[in-house]
Amino acid sequence: MFQTVGQPVPRKEGREKVTGQAKYVDDLTFPGMLMGATVRSPVSRGRIRSIEFPNGLPWEQFTIVTAKDIPGQNSVALISDDQPYLADGFVNHPEEPVLLLAHPDKYLVERARQAVRLDIDPLPAVFGIEESLAKEHIIWGEDNILKAFAIEKGNVESVWAEAAHIIEGEYRTGAQEQLYIETNGMIAVASQNGITIWGSMQCPYYVHKALLKAFPLGPEKIRVIQMETGGGFGGKEDYPSMLAGHAALLAWKSGHPVKMVYDRAEDLAATTKRHPSRTRIRTAVTAEGKLLGQDIEFVLDGGAYATLSAVVLSRGAIHAAGPYLCPNVRIRASAVATNSPPHGAFRGFGAPQSIFAMERHMDQVARAIGLAPEELRRRNVLHTGETTATRQVIREKVNLEQLLDRALDLADYHAKTKLFAGQNQRSRVKRGIGFALFMHGAGFTGSGERYLQSVAGLEALADGRVRILVSSTEIGQGTNTILAQIVAETLGINYDHVEIPRPDTSEVPNSGPTVASRTCMVVGKLLESAAIGLRQSLTKAGLLDEDYSGGEFADACARYTERFGPLKSFCQYQAPPGIHWDDETYSGDAYGAFAWAVYVAEVSVDTVTCEITVDDFVALQEVGRVIHPVLAAGQIEGGVAQGIGYALFENVVWKNGRMANSQMTNYIMPTSVDVPRIRVYFEETPYEYGPLGAKGIGELPIDGPAPAILNAIENAIGVAVNEIPLVPEMLMRALERGKVPMEASVG
Amino acid sequence: MGKQRIELHVNGCKRHVESYPMARLLDVLREQLELTGTKEGCGEGECGACAVLLDGELVNSCLVPVLQVDGRDILTIEGLQDGGHLHPLQEAFAEAGGTQCGICTPGMILASYHLLKLHPHPTEEQIREGLAGNLCRCTGYQKILDAVKQASQRAAGD
Repeated sequence: MFQTVGQPVPRKEGREKVTGQAKYVDDLTFPGMLMGATVRSPVSRGRIRSIEFPNGLPWEQFTIVTAKDIPGQNSVALISDDQPYLADGFVNHPEEPVLLLAHPDKYLVERARQAVRLDIDPLPAVFGIEESLAKEHIIWGEDNILKAFAIEKGNVESVWAEAAHIIEGEYRTGAQEQLYIETNGMIAVASQNGITIWGSMQCPYYVHKALLKAFPLGPEKIRVIQMETGGGFGGKEDYPSMLAGHAALLAWKSGHPVKMVYDRAEDLAATTKRHPSRTRIRTAVTAEGKLLGQDIEFVLDGGAYATLSAVVLSRGAIHAAGPYLCPNVRIRASAVATNSPPHGAFRGFGAPQSIFAMERHMDQVARAIGLAPEELRRRNVLHTGETTATRQVIREKVNLEQLLDRALDLADYHAKTKLFAGQNQRSRVKRGIGFALFMHGAGFTGSGERYLQSVAGLEALADGRVRILVSSTEIGQGTNTILAQIVAETLGINYDHVEIPRPDTSEVPNSGPTVASRTCMVVGKLLESAAIGLRQSLTKAGLLDEDYSGGEFADACARYTERFGPLKSFCQYQAPPGIHWDDETYSGDAYGAFAWAVYVAEVSVDTVTCEITVDDFVALQEVGRVIHPVLAAGQIEGGVAQGIGYALFENVVWKNGRMANSQMTNYIMPTSVDVPRIRVYFEETPYEYGPLGAKGIGELPIDGPAPAILNAIENAIGVAVNEIPLVPEMLMRALERGKVPMEASVG
Repeated sequence: MGKQRIELHVNGCKRHVESYPMARLLDVLREQLELTGTKEGCGEGECGACAVLLDGELVNSCLVPVLQVDGRDILTIEGLQDGGHLHPLQEAFAEAGGTQCGICTPGMILASYHLLKLHPHPTEEQIREGLAGNLCRCTGYQKILDAVKQASQRAAGD
């Protein structure tokens, strides 16, 4: 049926990547280029008394920038613009940028960075959710609350009296580092004539918008070019605006090109991470195991500035009630300020935290009322036509019972549950199996896509090649390839004849940020519509019949451009019909579409060494049409590996708001020996308003692994652990708590 | 200590550089020889993005002072192609989905090259062990394992 879609066509920039020819920002050098560095706060919170430059370094050779050198607004434009580029008088978190340095010699600039002395009077600081909520010290706004809202459906207070069972639980998740292997980096050239930025980023127009407020220049004088980007995972959504601003300030003052590339320690210590969370759930269930009420309190630690916390909170809260039908739901959500670097976007954007809580909780509920975990889910899953916690009616065709059954069959769940229960009693290594059932909304939350008003375009060249005009970035996930597939398929032309230039804000329209699992579904749809428009231009001009070959298409493009000039077609976002969202009450259609999934994990827990191994992993999902089977599976496998890290290894150790283990030697991500074969399966139910039926996929796979693995661990050891990362020390305490025999002599 | 003249045999060519003896091989390759295919991921030998072959042994070039490579053979990603033809590993990585963001890819391919020299027909366990020093945040390693298998089968002519 399709020519290109569904085929494993070659990745557009694959050849450059496997030959080492792909150019990342650190691979660029400009004549006269200076190397920039950032002097950062050593204290968590305080008043800056003075900045000193000790003797022994040729300070006159350095370009030095402080807050006073910023020609425009000293705050990074985002949602509430509260984060300064450079601290001015006060610092609010460790590693907060205070001063910038540039010099041609990168070794000297590093010596100078270490030499600058900041004299700061410490002020009381707040660390962690509990301290922030205690409000003993107010460090942000009037009450430390960056954002708070409630979602209400029915009346949750009405259910407690009639409930057959009430089950409560508290669940916690730690910070997680995105750990893209390419650290953040930018190069800036800046003068009154304009600013040009080359860098590693997800959202060129976010950077453009930020620079526009920091410098007295018109939009046409600011140009942002995305270089090949070595991974983002959300970590290059907002921080690049900060770093681009820094590089541009140094370039503005020095008159030289300036490169700033963080080393790993700086990137880990200073840039964003996944928000730590605490979720409390109180659930009322009928005697038949039907959900009656869910009262959920969801709190995120946002760090010292608001940045993206409001929208991370929003996505997290909306996903907090899970894919279950419940007549009475209350979700009280808040993001609180603490004196650590601001937490930000990371694949999943709040949902992995709340889904971890709900899927752990559902296993607790099942155990408490004496139902099998799968049976409790089966009695409560959402069906087409039913409503979510935000009262969104599910219009998609979805059959979660069937998805659940298939995933459990693929994992041989029932046989293994029995087998392990028999073996575990006499074995030192206890085995377990568990699963998570979940959904992930694609595109911006609520009215987000409507506000974005994204535009995507195409240009047909005289030789019949078609260029894609979008600011959507390739960060490894396959943007270049899948967008080209969608265009080639819609136009009925060869995939090789579709090209996608590097995003450059002087050449491409704003197709929105590359976040929120929106690139395929939303931008892909815009391109599908633009392609239809392009074809219509050719047919209306009488140059192309309804049926045509690739050669005829190229001829028509040649004749069109000769006669009328350039042939371009643009399309702007319009919400699918019947989509309504109310920002005031947090109710309505939170997302255009959801992806649905069941993940099953099988684990071994060594009760002596406290090692946990994930032995098997089944990832079954319904994501609409799969555009590229290899890239889609790659998204799932990579997301699951990150999820395994989130669950078991990736532990950010905080010391007074600072990451104490800001090295790859002691912040541990999974290696090739730490992950099992991940068995990926897709069900494809084409989504009416997605390009050729596709929905979003990128974030989904990080949602499921942690709860599935922790459910499997409880199945193995019989002790509930409701906090991640579950590092060996925590497991040891859990085994002691559960009085699990730990003798080494057995088995 | 001042700069010294050091001779390197990089990708089959004799090259001379004036460099501080303790300069990292990684920086010399990238900045002086303009071989930017070798990447820096962590600067402390954990991630393998800067992996190159030194006299046929896999090393992290961020941990090698350039004085140690005087007169020795270095293979970087730029030296793997045969004229315009991709090495079978490069082909396999591109086809099988072994490269996503691409930043770990040069080091990963060189580690795979080294692995296939030791084990022309590696088991999955041998591939996992052989690549355990190279971190990838995108793929979950699975498509990389597939690519190495595919390349080893192709080299064997099947």
